Amino acid sequence: MRSLLTMLGIVVGIASVVLTVGLGLGTQKDVSDQIASLGSDLLIVSPGSSTDDSGMRGGFGSAETLTLSDADALASDVAVPDAVGVAAEKTADLSLEYGESNWTTTVTGTSTSWTDVRSRELMYGDFFTEDDESSAAHVIVLGSETATELFGSTAVVGQDVTIDGDTFEIVGVLAEAGSSGDTSLDDIAVVPMNTMVETLDDSGNSESVQTIYIKAASSDVLSAASQEAQTLLLNMHGISSVDDADFTIDVQDSLIDAATSVYEQLTILLTGIAALALLVGGIGVMNIMLVSVTERTREIGLRKALGAAPATIRNQFLIEAMILGLSGGAIGVIIGVGLALALPSVLGSTIVISGLALIVSVVVAVGIGAVFGVYPAARAAKLAPIDALRDQ
Amino acid sequence: MTPTITAALDPDAPVIELTAARKTYLTGDIEFEALRGIDCQIYPGEYVAIVGPSGSGKSTLMNILGCLDVLTSGSYVLAGEDVSHMNEDALASARNRRIGFVFQQFHLLPSLTAVGNVELPLVYAGVAPGERRERALAALDRVGLADKARNHPGQLSGGQQQRVAIARALVTEPAIVLADEPTGNLDSRSTADVLGMLDDLHGEGATIVLITHEGDVAARAQTVYNVTDGQFVGEGMGIAK
Ligand SMILES: Nc1ncnc2c1ncn2[C@@H]1O[C@H](COP(=O)(O)OP(=O)(O)O)[C@@H](O)[C@H]1O
Ligand SMILES: [Mg+2]
Repeated sequence: MRSLLTMLGIVVGIASVVLTVGLGLGTQKDVSDQIASLGSDLLIVSPGSSTDDSGMRGGFGSAETLTLSDADALASDVAVPDAVGVAAEKTADLSLEYGESNWTTTVTGTSTSWTDVRSRELMYGDFFTEDDESSAAHVIVLGSETATELFGSTAVVGQDVTIDGDTFEIVGVLAEAGSSGDTSLDDIAVVPMNTMVETLDDSGNSESVQTIYIKAASSDVLSAASQEAQTLLLNMHGISSVDDADFTIDVQDSLIDAATSVYEQLTILLTGIAALALLVGGIGVMNIMLVSVTERTREIGLRKALGAAPATIRNQFLIEAMILGLSGGAIGVIIGVGLALALPSVLGSTIVISGLALIVSVVVAVGIGAVFGVYPAARAAKLAPIDALRDQ
Repeated sequence: MTPTITAALDPDAPVIELTAARKTYLTGDIEFEALRGIDCQIYPGEYVAIVGPSGSGKSTLMNILGCLDVLTSGSYVLAGEDVSHMNEDALASARNRRIGFVFQQFHLLPSLTAVGNVELPLVYAGVAPGERRERALAALDRVGLADKARNHPGQLSGGQQQRVAIARALVTEPAIVLADEPTGNLDSRSTADVLGMLDDLHGEGATIVLITHEGDVAARAQTVYNVTDGQFVGEGMGIAK
C-alpha cells in the first residue's frame, strides 16, 4: 500500500512521458497534415531571377519569361517524374458584375488540374471541365468570399456574372481555404486558361503566365522535383548557368518553419513536465528504499551473518528498487494509454500511441528505480552485521 | 546418513585459536576495552560454554569468533585461516563456510517458510536450488521438523523456531556452531528440548560454543570459560567438568 503511494511519482511521470511522446507525435501529425493541406509538397515557379536586384520581377519585359509551353513541358511525366500535377496561373484584376453590384477580384485562368494542385475543394457545383477548357467556354468558379460580396450568398451555382461585357455562367463555388499571408484565398474567380487567353487577357502577351504550381508526389521528393523542374526550364529557355536563370522556384518554407517551431516548443514544455515528474518519482523510490533499509536492518544483519557479501545485499536492494520502478512504470503506461485514448475527444488534439515509446517508458522507469536505488542499496550494503543484528 | 560436520578439518589442530585478543570500542572520544587479551584454543568436537556476568564481554567475544567483527589487536585463526584482518567480503565468505549461528531471538525471516529459512546460507554459498532444497529438508529432518518444512515461523512455537534456526546453522556443515543465549527466550520445556539437541549434535561430532549466563545450561559443556571484565578468569583455563 505504501509502496503504491511511492510509485505514484513514477506512475505520474511515466504516464506523462507516454502522453508527452503521444502528444508530440500527434502534434507532428497534425502539423504535417496541416502543411500537406497548405501544400508543403508544392513548388511555386515565378518569372524573374531571385538574384536580379533590379526590381523587374513581377513587372513587364524580362518578367514575362514563363509561358504556357513551359507549363505543358513541366506536366510531362518524363521530364519531371516526381511531379503529380502542374497548374499554370494567368491572372488579371477584373471587375465582376451582377445586377446592380460589382466586385473587383483576381480572375485566374488555369487548367482543370488546379483544384488538385492547390488542394482546393468545391462547396457547390463542380469545377470546369476539359471540354470547357478546350472550347474556351464562358464558365467561372467563384471563391466563397467573392460570391458573398456579389450575391450576399454562396448558393449561386447557375447564376451569371458579367466581366467586361461578357457573360459567364457560375458552375461552382470553392470551399473556404482561409488566407495565405495577407491575401485571401477565398476572394478569387477561376476560369479555363483558354477562356482567359481568348476573352479576358489584355496584357498583349497571350503566352505568358504569372505562376506555375508544381505538386510533388510527396514532400520527400519535393527537392528532387525542384531539381527536375529547374533543369527542364533552363533547357527550354536556352540558359546554361543556374546563376542566369530567368525564373525562381520556391517552396513554402516559412509555413513549415513556423509549424515546426510551435511543435518544438510544445515538446520542450512537455518533456520538462515529464522530467520533473520522473525526478519526483525517483526521489520517492529513494525514500521508500531508505525506509525499507531502516525497517529491515535486522534482516540485512541476519543475511550478512549467514554469508551474504556486501555486493549481494546491494544487488538485492537494487533489484527491489528496479521492481518498484517497473511496477510504477507499468501502471503509468496503462494510465498514460488510457488518458491518450480518452483525452483526444476532450481536447480535440491528436495523440499517437507508439509501441516504441511505451517500451522506452518502461525501460526509463526501471532505470530510474536503479539510479535512485543506488544510494539506499549502498547504505544497506555498508551496514555492519553486528549493528544490524543488534537493532530492535 | 548423518553428514560429518567436521569434514576436511585436521582433528588434532584447533578449530579456533585466539592469541592476545583485544577489542576496544570507540564511542565518541571514549574508548572502552571489551576484550583485554584473551588466549583460547578450541579443538574439533569440543563442547565449550562461555559464562560470565552481563557486560563482561561474552557477546563481543561471540562476534569475534563468528567473524561478525574484527579484533583491535591480537590474532584469530579459524580452521587454519587467519581472519584477524580480513575485509568484509572475505569475512562474509568465512562466516558462510565455517560458522553456524544460533541466536537468542531466533532471527528467522517471517516472509520465508521454515525450509526457505534453512536454505538461506546455501543461497549465499552458491549451491544450486535442487541440492539446496534437498540439504535443507535433510537438516530439518535432523532437528525433527521435517513435517513443518512449509510452515512460516509465525506458525511455529518458540522451541520449534529455535530448532529451525539450529537446522539453518547445521545445513552448511560448519566448523563450529556458535550459540549466543540460545535458550534465553524459551520456556523450560523448550529449553530442555534445544539443549538436548545440542547434546545430540555434540555426540555426532559437532564443535559447539555456547554462550550463556545460566550455570545449569553451561553445566552440559565439556569445557567452561569464565569471562569477567573482558578476560578469562583463572588465566583463561577451562573448568573441566
Ligand atoms: N558497539 C559497542 N560500542 C561500545 N561499547 C560496546 C559495544 N558493544 C559492547 N560494548 C560494551 O562492551 C561491554 C561488553 O559488552 P557485551 O560483549 O555485549 O557483554 P555481554 O554480552 O557479556 O553482556 C559492555 O560494557 C558494553 O557496553
Ligand atoms: Mg550479551
